[in-house]
Amino acid sequence: MYVAVKGGERAIENAHAWLAEERRGDPTVSELSIAQIREQMTLAVNRVMAEGSLYDPDLAALAIKQARGDLIEAIFLIRAYRTTLPRLAGSNPVDTGAMVVSRRVSATFKDAPGGQILGPTFDYTHRLLDFALMAEGEAPPAAPTAPADPVAVPHILGFLDRDGLIEAATPSDLTPPDLTREPLELPADRALRLQSLTRGDEGFVLGLAYSTQRGYARNHAFVGELRIGTVAVEVDIPELGFAVEIGEIELTECETVNQFKGSKTEPAQFTRGYGLTFGQTERKAISMALVDRALRWRELGEDFTGAPAQDEEFVLSHCDNIQATGFLEHIKLPHYVDFQAELELIRSVRAAAFSQMEAAE
Amino acid sequence: MTNKDRREWMGLLARSAPDSLAALIGPLPQHSFARAPEIGAVMVRGRAGGTGAPFNLGEMSVTRCTIQLADGTVGHAWVQGRDKAHATRAAIVDALMQGATADEVRGRVLVPLAEVAARRAATRRAKAAATKVEFFTMVRGED
Repeated sequence: MYVAVKGGERAIENAHAWLAEERRGDPTVSELSIAQIREQMTLAVNRVMAEGSLYDPDLAALAIKQARGDLIEAIFLIRAYRTTLPRLAGSNPVDTGAMVVSRRVSATFKDAPGGQILGPTFDYTHRLLDFALMAEGEAPPAAPTAPADPVAVPHILGFLDRDGLIEAATPSDLTPPDLTREPLELPADRALRLQSLTRGDEGFVLGLAYSTQRGYARNHAFVGELRIGTVAVEVDIPELGFAVEIGEIELTECETVNQFKGSKTEPAQFTRGYGLTFGQTERKAISMALVDRALRWRELGEDFTGAPAQDEEFVLSHCDNIQATGFLEHIKLPHYVDFQAELELIRSVRAAAFSQMEAAE
Repeated sequence: MTNKDRREWMGLLARSAPDSLAALIGPLPQHSFARAPEIGAVMVRGRAGGTGAPFNLGEMSVTRCTIQLADGTVGHAWVQGRDKAHATRAAIVDALMQGATADEVRGRVLVPLAEVAARRAATRRAKAAATKVEFFTMVRGED
C-alpha cells in the first residue's frame, strides 16, 4: 500500500539552527572573518575557486565559512551561485607567456632563461609542525627582495618547439565547446577534456595521475615547466570595438614533456600534457597535465591499455565532485517507498520458496 | 584620445582596488545610467599547451556599467568582482577622461592608481627574484 506522508519541518528547522550554532563553535573564541579566510586560508580558497569554477576570492572564502571548512560543500555553494550569474562574455585566451611569475621551475632545464624561481613554496620545508604558529604572534618579517631581472620569462617548451623536438601547440581561434552550456557528449575533444579536468576533483585527478606514474598507461612525464603568477584577462567590448582588460587573476600552469613518438616518415618528437588551474594549485595542475596526456592516446596513435586514466568516459564522467557527491549522498535521503517495494519482493520470493519446500516434504 | 589610451585606463581602473579608486575620485559628478551596473560572469579561456587551441578554464565575476555625464559623454566600465559602486566610479572616470578635464583627472586618479599597481608588481617581482636559485658546482664527478 502506498501512503503519502509529509513532515519533518520542525526537525529540519531545528537541525539547521543547530548547524548554525555548531558552525560558530565556542562563542568565547573570536569569529573568523571572510577577510581572514581569504588571506590566511588562501590555498583552500584557491581550490574552491578552481573546482567551483568561479574566480572570486571573497565568495570562495564566504563559502568555506558557511560550509564549516568542508571544501566540497563550499564548491557546491559556489557552483550553485555561478548558475545565477548572467554570462556577459567569453574572454580572449589568456597569455600565460606574459605571466608575472611568483614561481617558475623546470625539472628539465637547469639553466633556463629567466631562471628557477622557487616562490612561496612548501617544497624543501621539513614538514615538521611549527608550534610557533600556535602562539598568536606578530606578523613575520617581510620576505627578502632582490633586484628583479627585467628580462621576460619565456615558456621553456618554446625552446624545444623552436628546434622541432616537441610537437607544436598550434594556435587557433576556434570558440571552444562549453560543458556548462551543453551536456557532455563523448567522444569529447581536448578542449572539453581540459575544461572538465580543470574543474575536476583534486583528489580524483591526483589519483588518476599517480596511477599513470605507477604504470597504468605510463607516459614518462617530466615537468618541463611549472609556473604560478598573475595574468590579465581581456574581453572584446562590442560597444567599443576593441578588447579591454577587465582584471587580473592568479593561475598555475604545468607543461609536461612526455615520451616521444616517431614513425618511418616523421622523426621522433616529444609530446605534451597540459594543466592550467585557477589560483596557486600546483598539485592539481601537474595532475591535470598527466591525465590530459594519458587521454590523448588515440590522437597520438598509442595503444589503449584499458587503464582508467586513458578511458575518457570513465575520467570525464567521474571527475566532477559535485556530480559525484550529489549522486552518492542522495542515497541517505528517504527511499522508503523504493525499499518497501524491495521488501515486498523479497517476502514474496521467500514465501514462494517456503511453500515449494513444504510441498516437497 | 586614442583607443590605445582608453584601453590602458580602462584596464587600470578594472584592476584597481575599489577603496583606492573611491578615495581618489572624491565627489561624483552628475550622471545617469545608460546601463545600470550589472553583475555577471565572464568565461575565462586558456590555450592547450599555452599556445594552442582555446578551452574554457572557468568563470570570473565581473560588473559592467555604462553612464552618461550631464554633457552627454558616455563612459563604460567592466571591472572584476561584484562591486556596483566601483563599476560606476570606473565608468565615470572613463567618461571624464574623454572631456576637457582629462589631464586633471589623469593626474588626480590614474597616475596614483598606476603607481600603486606598479609598486605591487615590482614588489612581487623583487620577492620572486630573491627566491631564484643560484647553482654552483661542488665537485665534478669525472676525476
